[in-house]
Amino acid sequence: MVERVHHITDLEELERVAIHGRASLYPERIKILVGMATCGRAAGAEEVLEKVRKVVAEKKLPYIVAETGCIGWCSQEPLLDIWVPGRPRVTYGRVKPKQVPEILAALPEAKPKLALAIMTGDDNPLTGKHADYCNGHGSKVDGLPSYAELPLFRRQLRIVMRNCGILDPASLEEYAARGGYRSLWKALWSLKPEDVVREVTESGLRGRGGAGFPTGRKWQAVRDAKGSPKYVICNADEGDPGAYMDRGVLEGDPHSVIEGMIIGGYALGAHEGVIYVREEYPLAVSRVTEAIHQAERADLLGDDILGSGFRFHIEVAQGAGAFVCGEETALIASIEGRVGEPRPRPPYPAEKGLWGKPTCINNVETWATVPVIVSRGGAWFSGIGTERSKGTKVFSLVGSVANTALIEVPMGTTLRDVVEEIGGGVPGGRACKAVQTGGPSGGCIPAEQLDLPVDYESLNAAGSIMGSGGMIVMDDHTCMVDIAKYFMDFLQDESCGKCFSCRVGTQRMKEIVTRISEGKGTEQDLDLLEDVAWMVSETSLCGLGGSAPNPVLSTLRYFRDEYLAHIRDHKCPAKVCKELITYTIDPVTCNGCGACVSLCSGQAVVGEKNKLYTIEQARCTKCGACLESCKFDAVLVN
Amino acid sequence: MPTVETPILDETIVDKYEERRANLVPILQEIQSTYSYLPEELLRRVSRKLHVPLSDVYQLATFYRCFSLKPRGRHVVQVCLGTACHVRGGPKILDRVETETGTVGLGTSPDMEFVVETVRCLGCCGLAPVLRVDKDIYATLEQSKIKRVLNRYRKKRPAGKDATDG
Repeated sequence: MVERVHHITDLEELERVAIHGRASLYPERIKILVGMATCGRAAGAEEVLEKVRKVVAEKKLPYIVAETGCIGWCSQEPLLDIWVPGRPRVTYGRVKPKQVPEILAALPEAKPKLALAIMTGDDNPLTGKHADYCNGHGSKVDGLPSYAELPLFRRQLRIVMRNCGILDPASLEEYAARGGYRSLWKALWSLKPEDVVREVTESGLRGRGGAGFPTGRKWQAVRDAKGSPKYVICNADEGDPGAYMDRGVLEGDPHSVIEGMIIGGYALGAHEGVIYVREEYPLAVSRVTEAIHQAERADLLGDDILGSGFRFHIEVAQGAGAFVCGEETALIASIEGRVGEPRPRPPYPAEKGLWGKPTCINNVETWATVPVIVSRGGAWFSGIGTERSKGTKVFSLVGSVANTALIEVPMGTTLRDVVEEIGGGVPGGRACKAVQTGGPSGGCIPAEQLDLPVDYESLNAAGSIMGSGGMIVMDDHTCMVDIAKYFMDFLQDESCGKCFSCRVGTQRMKEIVTRISEGKGTEQDLDLLEDVAWMVSETSLCGLGGSAPNPVLSTLRYFRDEYLAHIRDHKCPAKVCKELITYTIDPVTCNGCGACVSLCSGQAVVGEKNKLYTIEQARCTKCGACLESCKFDAVLVN
Repeated sequence: MPTVETPILDETIVDKYEERRANLVPILQEIQSTYSYLPEELLRRVSRKLHVPLSDVYQLATFYRCFSLKPRGRHVVQVCLGTACHVRGGPKILDRVETETGTVGLGTSPDMEFVVETVRCLGCCGLAPVLRVDKDIYATLEQSKIKRVLNRYRKKRPAGKDATDG
């Protein structure tokens, strides 16, 4: 898209920009959209986009080809959407480049290829209103479910992800067309800074980075703090494995975060903002950097924002690969060019943060929520969710679940609704065993507790935490001792080493769990684990150490039997722990096809083609490639 | 593309930055992405230029995961070991990558083609297990696909892939 440069100095100019945006969002020509977030690209979206451009150019088709972020249906990537004027949007899933000509060929008659399409869509997932774009045709296409009917989407309420997968993240105009920067206008011209803080307090919004501290209270503390200048930071160091909400927002709707931060700056009396993004997210870095430049060119960032005289600038800082930098004091140290080690609090960053000055750090999702709270009011937001957990939360629903997806649901939705309805349950007829929430600081919630409502208090009571929003579904092929080992390995590696108890305690815990996973543990080890866990969590400075024992404690609490099976019977019930399993070939089922032979990493499969193969145990590395490659279920694991 | 032979060092990488301590990490990141490691000579220059003790520079270079003090293989293979990848077979993918590249554990392969690393999470959990080679992410992997993925880089084909067998 060729970007027009606007200098937005008043509401009329913002409206003119929005008109351009509407013209590209809902053009009078056919538009083809490809989801180009990182996950889409990983699934092959770049090749699909290239093919679309090629076909459109070769056939000289009068179509508009555009990029968008991620609508969140990860298991259907790459996603391609088609808008025909006057018709609802039609979405195609798992698109292969070779299917593109076929999909495009049906377009002039506006007949979707039903065999390849997966849904039709409203364009406004927040209000649920049909777009004017559909010209009264409604959102129905015969033979295709609409967005609002699908189990994946019908329980969702998208506030943070209101624009993801709909607009072109590189277009400020399209963001303006969907109401963008109106909240900033409202804040600067009709609200006093303290009014903004009051709305945020009233909304009941709590920090979406994991700890759930009330955002309004944090803002008030920064506002009241003495010292200048003040700083605003966006924590986009999304380090929890299995979580990618922040990436989705930064790649799909970067302006929403920028707008939230400018409003925050105004409310708190800050003029400088920093977005700290982890370096593992190169696309998010480039999307947000580009959006900042656009906002600067449009005078939405700069020395006189929207003609109000308010001054605000944003810089991007990149992480360098340290999980602990998601902790606020470590993050600040990292921005200052120091080693990312947490320091004791108080003083909290609200009093002494970046360069020793009052600093407000909020997570990506929190910032992206702010414009909606300003526009609709705190009371509206606090009407959503539960008594103490307001609003919606974005989760990455992944692992052993049919619809792996990025979803946003009202607080209080039960885990069962999330896993079974939205996620479509565990595939392959297997049983859900546990749901892991909260990343390495969280825990595993057993299937018996799936009726737990998802809110800060309920998850804490169950021995886990809300965390940043990773939700990993585990089935009976997941060993809970192995999961505990995995997280302890993660934590002992990512411990910054400042506190002795965390540095050494996590190592000892990892050693004990490893010993158990190898069948060499004793029952006293379980008591020892609990002792060390208590010591680590009580005597570490920051949240990493404080919550480090959670994965072990929660699996011990709910899956003690599994630990005991490893210790007493030297068995891994899920057949995961390498030291306790053997691979063999069933002589009755094996037809000698030999598919496993070339993949065997230890050259342990021996025998003759078309006859029978066996596995030489001494050479077997337990890589499991034979099991993966056997189409006849002849490889047995015991 | 950076090479692993002794590179000709370009000191303007360091000199073009303002003399602010906050630029320390960005400078090291640019050096790392240019040479794929941090040559000692440049670290000394960074220390002089920003008036930061060399020991502090060394502390940063060894604390953060994305820096390396030694030259590395031509292509960076990052196997994702996030939780979703872990439960969907990430560790087996890592074993297979090590077998195929001939590295012993993590590190640079004997032919200097690849450096095998693990990464905490690439944020493509919905398509687990995944790995990244240089800038390309490969999703929904199985052990049988690894050889083909790596061969693309062995042949020194330009970066890029076709979706059909990714």
